[in-house]
Amino acid sequence: MDASTFFQNCVTGISLGSAYALIAIGYTMVYGILRLINFAHGDIFMMAGYFTIFAIVDFHMPWYIAIIFVIIATVLLGVAIERAAYKPLRESPRMSIMISAIGVSFLLENSATYLFSGLPRAFPELGFLQKVYHIGDISAPIVTFITPVVTIVILIALIYLVNHTKTGMAMRAASKDFEAAKLMGIEINHIITITFVIGCSLAAISAILYFSPRPMVYPFSGLMPGLKCFVAAVIGGIGNIPGAVVGGFIIGIAETFLVASFPSLSGYSDAFTFVLLIIMLLFRPTGLLGEKIAEKV
Amino acid sequence: MLKIENLHIHYGGIHALRGVSLDVPDGQIISLIGANGAGKSTTLKAIMSLIPMTDGRVSFDGTDITRMQTRDIVREGVVLCPEGRRVFPDLTIAENLTMGAYLRKDKESIAKDTKWVYDLFPRLLERKWQLAGTLSGGEQQMLAVGRALMSKPKLLMMDEPSLGLAPIIIKNIFEIIKEINQSGVNILLIEQNAKAALEISHYGYVVETGTIVLCGPGKELLTNDQVRKAYLGE
Ligand SMILES: Nc1ncnc2c1ncn2[C@@H]1O[C@H](COP(=O)(O)OP(=O)(O)OP(=O)(O)O)[C@@H](O)[C@H]1O
Ligand SMILES: [Mg+2]
Repeated sequence: MDASTFFQNCVTGISLGSAYALIAIGYTMVYGILRLINFAHGDIFMMAGYFTIFAIVDFHMPWYIAIIFVIIATVLLGVAIERAAYKPLRESPRMSIMISAIGVSFLLENSATYLFSGLPRAFPELGFLQKVYHIGDISAPIVTFITPVVTIVILIALIYLVNHTKTGMAMRAASKDFEAAKLMGIEINHIITITFVIGCSLAAISAILYFSPRPMVYPFSGLMPGLKCFVAAVIGGIGNIPGAVVGGFIIGIAETFLVASFPSLSGYSDAFTFVLLIIMLLFRPTGLLGEKIAEKV
Repeated sequence: MLKIENLHIHYGGIHALRGVSLDVPDGQIISLIGANGAGKSTTLKAIMSLIPMTDGRVSFDGTDITRMQTRDIVREGVVLCPEGRRVFPDLTIAENLTMGAYLRKDKESIAKDTKWVYDLFPRLLERKWQLAGTLSGGEQQMLAVGRALMSKPKLLMMDEPSLGLAPIIIKNIFEIIKEINQSGVNILLIEQNAKAALEISHYGYVVETGTIVLCGPGKELLTNDQVRKAYLGE
């Protein structure tokens, strides 16, 4: 691999990793508060892809309005899922709510197939995002360069929110002890809603950034990215926001280089993610930035 | 004042409280004593709407708070310092206190109360930025009490504040409870340490298997034969 191919792969890998990171944050935040692996998260991401298509192609919205529309629609979908499928199970064993999440995942995939057909739909151009840009020997669509910047800005904002605002403090408090948090006057449902709003907005932003350099969206588009980002969250230490970002970068970059270095193995690039997961669980089950696992009492 | 009438609680098939009634008049310290599993903690949790009650009525300062949301009950001034400390381990001492004041907006009086809490427990001030999870048991208990005070209670309910503490700290805690009461906060106290609790209480109730079996002024209960045998180990 010569230098320019190397840098080209770096750029692609970092960009893919940033998109993964945004999805992984959603997994990790929901896990942090509900101890739930939201298996529907990848499908919410897929729906955001469709929302983008509807906004631009079917409703002819200008791109900047479309972005807002996609974020709002995705957030509404995510919050509705939480209300309908998770909230009624708040007092049930954790396994029930996991199974409900798997159910929602299937429901979204199958509804998308039924409503939008199983045929892939072309992903539209959003303003300037797909314009190809050159830096030295490296050329990529602008979106590839923007994605990491967006991710870092969002990460900084989130860290500020969680560590330095009263709402963030309440999120951290509730994530350890619902009952004690209630005794402070914290409204748990409110905190959970905020968590889903953040997670789904990030999934929406990620969908726009992820699908832009790709040709199309189909009902199972969320499946592999969803699983990989779940792995990213575990690798980073589930519940830990910077960890999810680190995990996202690792998977995105590793996957890109694997495919570039061993084209014959590219069919196995998805399997590779899970090999990483297994290695991680064997040697450091709490993830890179995760602390000791304290079960919620 | 707090008034509980005929409180019934079921845990699944278990009838844990069978018609508990009690009063906490203004300006007083009231104790609730009883053996393990008698239903003391259950009573306090029910008051806070943490568990649903089957029957009964709770009112505070004339307002019916029976089926209010926990946060609204806290707003009314009824605050529970729960059994087992339950401080937020990943938050610093200062942040835990901020959480105590979660519903309050009055910055100045929050600052005043923060200072008051640090005056009561200078230990907490020294360790302001330490994570609560790394504090010793006694320090966590001080924090739990301090955090409850930050909610600006009119009625502070404390569930076994002396549990697991060294005798010297226990003495300290009871002094502080008196001090809090003298500052105008009504107190409903649960204690295993029946003697120390009754000594500082204006009035006490004895719970056995979900019912009040005895009540009277603290001093009287201390000399009551039944209480002495069962709870004072004499
Ligand atoms: N969540 C629960 N589910 C089922 N039973 C419960 C639950 N919580 C308490 N109980 C039962 O209700 C009864 C009263 O419990 P409670 O915690 O009120 O006792 P307590 O008087 O506070 O005891 P201790 O002094 O040991 O703290 C006990 O028999 C207990 O086993
Ligand atoms: Mg108890």
